[in-house]
Amino acid sequence: MCLGIPGQVVQVVDPAECLASVDVSGVRRTISLRLVADEGVGVGDWVLVHVGFALSVIDAAEAATTLEQIKLLGQPYIDEMDAFVLTEIV
Amino acid sequence: MDYVDQFRDPGDAKRLLKAIAALAERLGRTVRLMEVCGGHTHTIYRYGLEKLLPASVEFVHGPGCPVCVIPMGRVDDAVYLASRSSVIFTTFGDMMRVPGAGGSLLQAQARGADVRFVYSPLDALKVARENPDREVVFFAVGFETTAPSTAVTVSRAEAFGLDNFSVFCNHVTIAPPLRALLDGDDLALDGFIGPGHVATVVGARHFDFIPAEYGLPLVVTGFEPLDILQAVEMLLEQHVDGRRLVQNQYARVVRADGNRAALALMGEVFTLRDSFEWRGLGFIERSGYRLSDRFARFDAELRFDMPGARVADPPACECGSVLKGLIKPWRCRVFGTGCTPENPIGTCMVSPEGACAAYYNFARI
Repeated sequence: MCLGIPGQVVQVVDPAECLASVDVSGVRRTISLRLVADEGVGVGDWVLVHVGFALSVIDAAEAATTLEQIKLLGQPYIDEMDAFVLTEIV
Repeated sequence: MDYVDQFRDPGDAKRLLKAIAALAERLGRTVRLMEVCGGHTHTIYRYGLEKLLPASVEFVHGPGCPVCVIPMGRVDDAVYLASRSSVIFTTFGDMMRVPGAGGSLLQAQARGADVRFVYSPLDALKVARENPDREVVFFAVGFETTAPSTAVTVSRAEAFGLDNFSVFCNHVTIAPPLRALLDGDDLALDGFIGPGHVATVVGARHFDFIPAEYGLPLVVTGFEPLDILQAVEMLLEQHVDGRRLVQNQYARVVRADGNRAALALMGEVFTLRDSFEWRGLGFIERSGYRLSDRFARFDAELRFDMPGARVADPPACECGSVLKGLIKPWRCRVFGTGCTPENPIGTCMVSPEGACAAYYNFARI
């Protein structure tokens, strides 16, 4: 029950009640945007959905940064390890 | 951008595993990392991450499975409410199979109780509006991740002027059980994989007390395999560099200050109880929420005369030790024999986020 799933807002259904239709892996469902109403969420935005509510707006730039970091993280240690494994003192 | 597939890339996983191996080698000692959240436990076993890591890096499962920490007496109260003929009892599906001393909600339903499972508390509100002649009770469980959703629902019930809707409130808060675990002296830990979805609401800064007061690193972490591997890498790197910080690996979703609107609503709708009972952890001060005085008329515990009995866990069940990270699930005497997902004795075998169910379903021991 504690799952949060990324979904993309496809339509604002009822602005007064903060209800919107989101697409989660091809499945559509109406959820509440009440908890992210201050952030000006619109069609096309990605949100984290939990028990029928958007809990957070997913930040595309931060997602890209994290993926970039994953590609770089630990590189000095990997290099050191490679050097450790590959070099031999004869 | 696809926020799921990109965080499951096998090539990136290999890179991270290599980096982790190098860091572990450099540290040259065992490192025990607690994943607080049951969602992380689920990912770890589903993808077999613990088998991919160096033997010196160990995952310790924490108390962050909301279904698992509900004590038996509260389940009995839920079954009591559900069994009243006037009541439609609404609950998340996960809670249906949790055994109380007098059986589970699923068994109550088989005996004729009107128990309905809902995806969202808003669905429970809809049931209440459609059934004005019945009492509709929502079984509210969960940490700060879920509590704001209940808060919105209760405030909507007030706006609609509903008088047949109430909440059996079992919401809990994350910091007190972590303190209780760390204040106990039987658990040696080297850091935390911090609960990403709780942090969405409370903010990454909420966990500053872990390095400040307990000298341990914590990395707020997402739920995909790469997220968890990256968090392990970051925690090991902190140890290698001699730092102790809260870092936010899940910055695409979690802000330093969390979701202020959600926190404000929780402040209106809930009040901390003086004390609340946790399965396996006992009573912890100021760790659970009830409805605030303004919303007291939606509080099922005030609306109905509840038994409220305290029931000890079954003697064979070792969920308490599993929840405290003291034993691995398979060390429990009834794991996989007397206690299975089909016929659970303890809560940790019920929820897909429970450590025992995760082991039973995915681990090859």
